[in-house]
Amino acid sequence: MLTALALGITVLVMLAIAAVPLGRHSHGGAIIHGGCLLATLFLAGLALAALLAGPPETVMALPFGPPWGPALLALDGLSAWFLLLLGLIGAAASLYAIGAGPGPARALPPYPLFLAGMALTLAAADAFLLLLGFELMSLASWALVAQDHREAENRAAARLYLIFALLAGACLVPAFGLLAGQAGGLDFATLRAAPPDGWLAGAVLALGLVGAGAKAGLVPLHAWLPLAHPAAPSHVSALMSGAMTKIALYVLARLLLDLCGPAQPSWWGVPLLAVGAASALLGALRANMEDDIKTLLACSTIENLGFITMALGLALAFRGADLGPLAVLAAAAALLHALNHGVFKTLLFLAAGAITHGAGSRRLDRLGGLIHVMPVTALAALVGVAAAASLPPLSGFAGEWLLLQALLAGWKVADIAFQVVAAAATALAAMAAALAAAAMVRLYGLVFLGRPRSPRGAGAREVTAIERWSLLLPAGLTVLFGLFPGLLVQLAAPVLQLLTSAAVRPPASVLALTTAEGASAYYPLAVALLLGLALAALVLLVRRRSPGATQRGPVWNCGFIDPPAHLPFGDPLTQPTAGGIAQPLRRMLGGALLAAREQVEMPSPGDPRPARYEASFRDPSEPLLLAPLARLRDDITTQAERLRAFTIRRNLSLGFGLLVGLLVLLAWLEAR
Amino acid sequence: MRPRHAGGVPSARCAWGHGELTFGQLPYDVAHLLGGGMLLLSFMLLYQRRIAAVINALAMQGAILAAAAAWQGFVQAAPQLYLTALIALAAKAVLIPLALRLAIRRLDLHRAAETALGIGPSLMAGVALVALAILVVLPITAGAHAIAREDMALALSVVLLGMLMMITRRNAILQVVGLMSMENGLILAAVGVTGMPLVVELSTAALVMVLLVVAGVFVFQIRERFDTVDIGLVEPHRGEQP
Repeated sequence: MLTALALGITVLVMLAIAAVPLGRHSHGGAIIHGGCLLATLFLAGLALAALLAGPPETVMALPFGPPWGPALLALDGLSAWFLLLLGLIGAAASLYAIGAGPGPARALPPYPLFLAGMALTLAAADAFLLLLGFELMSLASWALVAQDHREAENRAAARLYLIFALLAGACLVPAFGLLAGQAGGLDFATLRAAPPDGWLAGAVLALGLVGAGAKAGLVPLHAWLPLAHPAAPSHVSALMSGAMTKIALYVLARLLLDLCGPAQPSWWGVPLLAVGAASALLGALRANMEDDIKTLLACSTIENLGFITMALGLALAFRGADLGPLAVLAAAAALLHALNHGVFKTLLFLAAGAITHGAGSRRLDRLGGLIHVMPVTALAALVGVAAAASLPPLSGFAGEWLLLQALLAGWKVADIAFQVVAAAATALAAMAAALAAAAMVRLYGLVFLGRPRSPRGAGAREVTAIERWSLLLPAGLTVLFGLFPGLLVQLAAPVLQLLTSAAVRPPASVLALTTAEGASAYYPLAVALLLGLALAALVLLVRRRSPGATQRGPVWNCGFIDPPAHLPFGDPLTQPTAGGIAQPLRRMLGGALLAAREQVEMPSPGDPRPARYEASFRDPSEPLLLAPLARLRDDITTQAERLRAFTIRRNLSLGFGLLVGLLVLLAWLEAR
Repeated sequence: MRPRHAGGVPSARCAWGHGELTFGQLPYDVAHLLGGGMLLLSFMLLYQRRIAAVINALAMQGAILAAAAAWQGFVQAAPQLYLTALIALAAKAVLIPLALRLAIRRLDLHRAAETALGIGPSLMAGVALVALAILVVLPITAGAHAIAREDMALALSVVLLGMLMMITRRNAILQVVGLMSMENGLILAAVGVTGMPLVVELSTAALVMVLLVVAGVFVFQIRERFDTVDIGLVEPHRGEQP
């Protein structure tokens, strides 16, 4: 099985190499993306087999590696779970890429490399290979974000993305290095055998959280995410949002829950819980304000990653407090939501790509009424937004239900401070879920319902058959995962055992999710049945009561005159705008959290200018994090610039002083 | 830089047999004497004010280096070291000093040169550097032959003193002398270690010749344009100003 895994990754790397000469060929894109589709499906099948049949116990030594030993490859439950996620998302994204037609030739080689980097990160069984894969993933995705580099904002987004990717690497390398330094080896088995304690454990926690958080886009390190996702092509955004951020969380879980050992204290969960809650709230709120589809979806990604991080934090806290069943519950919430979010967010990003392709814009204020011209896309997107709004019986609900059950059990940890934190996190999580639902209603209503808002939007066309299938595949999975979450959780049983070190039955039966005590349960099929019955009854009732068949008539236009000839679809201003729908939430919450401003500019009487209304907001990470960092960078460069004015003798003295300093250090080390 | 016993000259071919060399045995004493002589000349370079005397000291150091290399060639039974010694004698003791003499005659620099640091402080700094070199080298090379250890400590001292000279002198010619003295230290280290291939010494020597040419051209250019080789007076004329 490991040989097959290595083979899959090798095929992806070979595809990347083959993409260089094939890039100029007219069918090159289809060949490469088709190869990626097959390879990712193969990896997903491999992961599924590993989860069903039990992961292979052995570790495979690769013929290359760092100077001190071979690199190790393995597949345990945790990596198999995320590999399944990567395989499914990669397949859907590759299928979409085949249908969307070839992009620029330079964007072709990084795509298989990106997939290979992610797969390598998951398959690694030592810290060296894991970090190698992680960096490969970062660099390849940077190349993909920067592919449309003619526009200044894309260049800025790519630069910011690269800086955060470097930060992630710069934190993860010392985190693993500290672990390896005291364990005496880089492979996971050695690291697991020597769990850190004292300040070392604290340092690993902080570095791991910052490193993985910067890559996953957790608040306050999320600034790159809403910029980088729109800059990349849609299938790459889907991969970044669905898979790459999950890989970062995989590294977090691997580092904190697995390698640091089960004996870590309960408070370890609190930073994760706090960061997760902040991400969930801020992401959901921003998703209500944005007026670009992909930026909106990126903000929703921040929110969902916050949920998963909260669940991981809860698992850490419960495990530290010896509450095995609850730890399993929280870990199950994290895994289930990671998989479900990966699938439905891929669906939504691909739908965003289809909308851009078919209707020519990503701005909510230029779209509308697409349900009539793009029915398949609209249906798939409806499944996606319903899941993102966590409506039962779709997949988004199952994970959040488990998470809320785990949060509500937070009082069982004896520490009063943790109880307070858990209560606050529960409130924030509930609020974030509600805000996310509002954002999704806004997204779907503005894009697919109503009437077109621009001539280009009125002339939209349904996308190609391949693209439609690439949307229906994750949509079908979303429904399926939503109806049978119990099976998924049972499939994840070895992973739960690995993460929580508790031999507890997973909180699920075939048809239902249950809490640990069995006090409450969620039967998605029953919910679906009841909803179906209610819907059927409603339809029958309407049929029975209504006198005749449906008739279409002119829209009542609030007493305005009929549309003039040059605006065949009516005046766009008679419909709600993206800003208008966002206004209540912006006034209620935006002022405090997002520094939202509204400004009405009323010209004085007699002035022929129109009155202007402007609304804007600013992400808090910009003034609080990015601006001080930019100032610090400028200060450092000013200081460094003074070095250039040094005389020859001073330059020589600098080198001489450094040499003497190093020699003194050496002498001191020897004397000890 | 640990002595490379594995790939080096087999000790059976050593002219003085297998025994560990220490005080009181001729090879050790002579090598020690020559290395010490080089270090002494480095101190002379450091305090000497007159340029002609500095160049004399450099030539002397080159000659001692040649003698040290030849002695090591004899002790290690390594004939390639005789070639090194010949190159050192020709280049360091004759050619480079001659070139520098020619330069000072052309530049008319017979007077004393300014130092940036006083003689007393520079000598004290030099002593501290020698102490540092010994503190660093002796523990590292604990497993090696005593002769190699002493050699390494002396060589590192010579390198550090050459660097100190480059910093404390304000005259461009004297900075070139400091560079040459540093290189002497490097060669001393190279010949002291058993089994260092000849190509390293040859390439180092070639590099230094190139450096001398480049530095000489620069010094002449500076002189031509600014009518001085005191770098303190040249610095305000640099092209890029903040």
